[in-house]
Amino acid sequence: MKSAVVLLPGLNRDRDMIAALTKISGHAPVTVWQTDTEIPDVDLIAIPGGFSFGDYLRCGAIAARSPVMRAVAEKAARGVMVVGVCNGFQILVEAGLLPGALMRNASLKFVCREVKLQVVNANTAFTRGYRPNQVIRCPVAHHDGNYFADAETLARIEGEGQVVFRYAENTNPNGSINDIAGIVSAGGNVLGLMPHPENLIEAAHGGSDGRALFEGALELAA
Amino acid sequence: MIKARVTVTLKNGVLDPQGKAIEHALTGLGFDGVGQVRQGKVFDLELEGADKAKAEADLKAMCDKLLANTVIENYAVEIA
Repeated sequence: MKSAVVLLPGLNRDRDMIAALTKISGHAPVTVWQTDTEIPDVDLIAIPGGFSFGDYLRCGAIAARSPVMRAVAEKAARGVMVVGVCNGFQILVEAGLLPGALMRNASLKFVCREVKLQVVNANTAFTRGYRPNQVIRCPVAHHDGNYFADAETLARIEGEGQVVFRYAENTNPNGSINDIAGIVSAGGNVLGLMPHPENLIEAAHGGSDGRALFEGALELAA
Repeated sequence: MIKARVTVTLKNGVLDPQGKAIEHALTGLGFDGVGQVRQGKVFDLELEGADKAKAEADLKAMCDKLLANTVIENYAVEIA
């Protein structure tokens, strides 16, 4: 049940992620810095949200080429679970660990609100705590969450069950193709999603719909 | 010293809401007959040495690795 949180300059949701992992697992995650070339033995690596490197060039582009992300890629290749939330998702697609790209919201506006998510695939390490097609609440806060993939990639990820979360009940906040909110890698051990499940894990948050995602990942790893 | 310009543009078929907003703003300013507007990026780079073929190969590698996201973007390299 050991976890690590990746820290990069410009992230601002790292404390939320550390708090969520600590409360859910009972253990504080280790933290790794952008220049670290090795990550300790952990079962789950989390990349939090924020604006790494000021979102310069493209969201997540600079962070994706940082030394610590090479270490994350090595761990992911060995089957370690990796979750990237918001900017973390952008970093994972820029690093090539997940397919597609995340573009400026179709509305051109920063969106900060609650959305509904449909659990499209409940058969992953991250979503096994949910029922298939369960609709959960989750907050979003981003400017560049508009998921895009070319037709061939889209057909593949839809066909292989890699689309894990879809915006439901007409709450797509950003114009994402096929209402895609979160996807997993072909191996199933890397998850990226724009919404913030770490911000809905206890009564004080107004709900705990996000909790099962971390419980699922951490329980499997135990 | 070699001077180069890299232009990065969105691929056809990729929605460009920023270009769309610029298009509407131009029309609002009274510029009639503005068709589609697509927004891109320009990078001016200085490279050491005089080997243009090597510079071109290096620039293409830079585009593939960082300057462009080839999932959604095309790039063009121009050497002065």
